Amino acid sequence: MYIDPHIHMVSRTTDDYQRMALAGCVAITEPAFWAGYDRSCAQGFMDYFRQLTDTEPKRAAQFGIQHHTWLCINPKESEDIGLAREVLAEIPNFLDRPNVLGIGEIGLNKNSRNELIVLEEHIALAKSRDLLILVHTPHLEDKMKGTRMIMDAIKDHGVDPGRVLIDHVEEHTVRQVLDRGFWAGMTLYPDTKCTPQRATDIFEMHGTERMWINSAADWGISDPLAVPKCRDEMRRRGHLDSIIRKVSFDNPQKFLSQSGRFRVK
Amino acid sequence: MRLFLHRRALLPPNMDDMATPLRSNEVVDQYFLEHRAKVLDIAAFLDRFDRAAIVDGVAPSATTNDVRVRALCAALDLLRDGQPERARRALELWSDHSTDPVAKAGMKGAIGAVPLP
Repeated sequence: MYIDPHIHMVSRTTDDYQRMALAGCVAITEPAFWAGYDRSCAQGFMDYFRQLTDTEPKRAAQFGIQHHTWLCINPKESEDIGLAREVLAEIPNFLDRPNVLGIGEIGLNKNSRNELIVLEEHIALAKSRDLLILVHTPHLEDKMKGTRMIMDAIKDHGVDPGRVLIDHVEEHTVRQVLDRGFWAGMTLYPDTKCTPQRATDIFEMHGTERMWINSAADWGISDPLAVPKCRDEMRRRGHLDSIIRKVSFDNPQKFLSQSGRFRVK
Repeated sequence: MRLFLHRRALLPPNMDDMATPLRSNEVVDQYFLEHRAKVLDIAAFLDRFDRAAIVDGVAPSATTNDVRVRALCAALDLLRDGQPERARRALELWSDHSTDPVAKAGMKGAIGAVPLP
């Protein structure tokens, strides 16, 4: 039994839901993200938010998987501040829907000034409503710088780091994220983030407190079964079942339950 | 189990139960072939680049100006320095170390490395 706390099921087939259920997935959370192209208007995001709060929970429920979501305009579309503010103004209309856990995945992409402005406006929205935050950290060479900028911005807004998950950490960012009191997520990608082997190494070097693993499977090269594959890697090395359960079920449940809306059967 | 408990005792107190359970020979037994193949992939990639560079009439991998190939080769040097935390240090080598926001996001993606000093 496991939770995949970050996966983009709008980009996946129903067969993937079926395979995840067979592998033991009982709950997922789906952050709002970039569709692979820029939406032409704010209305495009409203349709997407309806998909996240209405369509996907029904699709997941067919396979006994509890579906939850996070709302935002993602950092890849934050360079256009006018569009971002139009979307931000509409988000409160969706926040009371029963599967919405908080604001996410917000953060930075290229670490630009406009991205930072939009990030701070999202943080302010989350702070004003006491919502959990799920953070996307930038890719590859931009990650280290962006992770620091994001944590500084959250700190400046006085948000409790224990209510923020900083995702996509790797070897060069995990320590500072944990040392500053945030939760840390490791994304299991074949090429561009952590492999199951490296994620297990990171657990061995940095412990399992305030840590989780996720697939972040989407329309790119990714694997919706990455979490059970990492569980297998840990088991192959001889780690205790209680530790494997901790990083793939107990820890996500503990963080997400702070929302008051997270459900798992 | 006794050895595993002893290995845990070597960790700082905040590391709960996360000692590496494998012995060093088990690490090799379990992962050698996988990483042997990865070394060959890198070797073949550099060979492929050099063959293409000859046809193009540009510098080969040893002297190329391509940021990514230079970064990859620099990381290979780092892997053999005998120091710990090679993965962290490779990622740091490839990272942007500036601290100010950029004026404008010029593109969506990232290439994987910044120009070396």
